[in-house]
This record gives sequence, C-alpha cells and structure tokens, in this order.
Amino acid sequence: MSDDQDDIILSELDDDELVQQMFDDLYDGLRDEIMEGVNILLERGWAPYDILTKALVGGMTIVGKDFRDGILFVPEVLLAANAMKGGMFILKPLLAETGAPRVGKMVIGTVKGDIHDIGKNLVGMMMEGAGFEVVDLGINNSVEKYLDALDAETPDILGMSALLTTTMPYMKVVIDTMIEQGIRDDYIVLVGGAPLNEEFGKAIGADAYCRDAAVAVETAKEFVGRKHNQGVTA
Amino acid sequence: MTDLPPDRVLTEIGMTAPAATADKGTGTGQILLIACGALAREILALIRLNGWDHMTLICLPANLHLYPDRIADAVEATVIKNRDHYTQIFIAYADCGTGGLLRDRCDALGVDMIQGPHCYSFFEGNDAFALHDDEITAFYLTDFLVRQFDAFVWKPMGLDRHPELRDMIFGNYTKLVYQAQTDNAALRAKAEECARRLGLDYEYRFTGYGELTTALTDVAQKN
Repeated sequence: MSDDQDDIILSELDDDELVQQMFDDLYDGLRDEIMEGVNILLERGWAPYDILTKALVGGMTIVGKDFRDGILFVPEVLLAANAMKGGMFILKPLLAETGAPRVGKMVIGTVKGDIHDIGKNLVGMMMEGAGFEVVDLGINNSVEKYLDALDAETPDILGMSALLTTTMPYMKVVIDTMIEQGIRDDYIVLVGGAPLNEEFGKAIGADAYCRDAAVAVETAKEFVGRKHNQGVTA
Repeated sequence: MTDLPPDRVLTEIGMTAPAATADKGTGTGQILLIACGALAREILALIRLNGWDHMTLICLPANLHLYPDRIADAVEATVIKNRDHYTQIFIAYADCGTGGLLRDRCDALGVDMIQGPHCYSFFEGNDAFALHDDEITAFYLTDFLVRQFDAFVWKPMGLDRHPELRDMIFGNYTKLVYQAQTDNAALRAKAEECARRLGLDYEYRFTGYGELTTALTDVAQKN
C-alpha cells in the first residue's frame, strides 16, 4: 500500500494517523510494524479491546473485502493474518486481564478427511478479534469429535470448514447427527470453505454459509444477537 | 496433427488440435474432446498411438483449476460454440473441484465426461484411489504439474516472494506423491526437488494414463 515505510516513524504519528498506518501495515503484512503500533497505543493508554477492534480488526476487514473482490490473493491475506497474529500475541493476555466483553463462544474445525485450515484459522482469528471465545478443534474432525466438543464447551456457534468438494458433504453428516440427537437447534451452525456456496449451506441444514472471515464475524454477531433477543422475549 | 504447444500456453491459453481428417480450421471431425490443458500431452499421445484420426481436441487453459467455479461455464461455452460441427462431444475433465456443477452442466448439455473427482484419481484408477483413506496429508503432482510446479504451486501461493508462508500453507501435509504418467528420470528428479522445496517426504507412484485411456477408448469406439 505505502511505498515509504522507512520514512514513517510510528511513534510520531497521532492516534488517528497511527491507526490508519496500522491498516496499511496490516494490508502489507508487516508483523513487526503492527506489534510496534500495538505497543505504542498501549503506552498511550488505549484499552486492549479498542486496539483490537479499531486497529487490527478494522484493518483485517479491509483485507477481507479486497480478498473477496479479487484485489488481494491468498498469500497477501496470509501475510496480513500473520501480522495480526503478532498484534494478538501482545493483546491476548491483556484482554483476559482487562475483562474485555465476550460476545459469544464458537467451536470451529475442519471436517473429517480435510487438512486445510487457512480459512478456518482466519475465521478463528477474526472471531477472537470480534470478542468471541474460540475453541479450535484443528483439522480432520469426525462427527464424534465435534459432538464431544459441543458437549464439553457448550458454545453458541459450531463452525465447520472444508476446502475439498470431496469432504464438504461431511458437514451434513455432522448436522444430521445433531438432528438425530435432538441438539441441532441448541447451536448456530455456520459453514464455510472455497467450494461451498449459499445453496449448499441451506441444503445441508446449516444456519448460514459464510463466504469469508469478515462475513463469518458479521453473521455470527447477527445470529448471537438474535439468540439473545429470543432469550429476552421468551 | 498439431504439435503440442509449450506448457505455458496450455496453462494460460489452451489449444486446438484438429483431427487429421478434419477440415482444418473449421472442425468437422466426428468427435470433439474438450479437455483440460493439463491433459493435452497425454490425450494427443493417445490419439497418435491409437490412430484416432476422427478426434479433434480443444484444450481449455489448465489454470482454470485455480478458479474451479469457472470451469463449468468455460466448458459450456465451448460446447455451445462447437456442437453443430461434431457428431459427439466428450468432456475430458473429472469433477475437478466443481462440486458436481460440471456434471450437472454436462448432463444438461447432453455430453459425457470422465468419471471421478480429479485427475489424480482417474490416473491412478478411481477405485484404487478411493482406497487411500490414509492419504489425506498427501500432496499430488502429475507429470504436467511437476513440469509446471512453479507456475501452478510455487508462484500462486506466493512462495517465490514469501517463502516463510510455506509452513502456513503446507504444514499439514506430510508427503508429496508424484503420480507419473511416463517413466522420465528428469521429471522424477524434479518431483523430488519439489518435495524438498515444500518440506515434504517424497513418494514416486507410476500410474500411466490410467482411466484416461479407458474413457477415451470408450468414446473412440462409439463412433
């Protein structure tokens, strides 16, 4: 994005300029600069949660939109994610200490037979950034592993990811098993992955298909909000 | 018979090889094969070997595989453009990451296609490949992909510019399986080098042309 990184001294920027610069640095995947920016904002008295949402998540949302629009590609998104991870590494312990608001809880994992986790990891990171507690089951998850995690973690949301057309049908196996056990409606089920689409999500009985990490966050917030409202009106 | 264009052309542009008996340029062979550019070399070899002079081959760019959602539209457009000139059209693609979309489109167009999820499967034999439950951590390369490793894998994944991304992308893989269509020492050496670059174990597996041969033989014998 910017060609004159060497000329910019982050500590000399005011808060608004620094946040804008962090957007640029995230876009360019500059992990060290992001970590420096986070530390500067902390020194200036910013709350960890504000840094996370205003600087990091704000920046990653731009990255997500440009990925969706075909302006950025997987390598650039990975670099941006790596930079955000650097910021999260500093903020995570502070968020726990300062009692940042928790929006909800999500169990997420890649389905059985599939080892691809780039998209899942991005979703997990963005969900954490948005205030969700995320339990990541990793890759190659059987229905039993998903159900055990639902039982143990009692999340609001189950997220399933697949990159292969040969593995994405397994999502239906998980949802059908949830229906059989009478627990399907206890959870918001979100699905995602490159070969999926909205039609597939509906066909297998998911609550929503999320085309990228930013959409996953928005969708999760919307569904959790609805769930809470139902709780109030019930 | 048209000479095989360079892999770069097969990757980015595709090709047309008129049948030996066809009116060159207008395409009046009996059978039209619409294939992935990654299969051009193998299909032309089969056509030559078997004397299938009634077959015309059109290859779509192999790099459509980087955007599988575009394959069905590209195949359909090619079928519609050419179907008045041929008795039969056969699609030399497997599902190739289209999630059944290509099969549905072929059914709607009244044309047949190769069985199986992808070329790794039909080269090895779909039944044999389906038995590899233990290979979810395998990364497969064919002859074409070994030759085009940088264009198809290394550069699109950004590893030429950011080698530090390698383990984020390939960290869950354990081995590279080279499914060889031909016995070629230079390709074996290159495949082994590809495995080393990706940080994966290496396995060599000779498949020959597998079910590509049987699928095209069936098509040839119907006409």
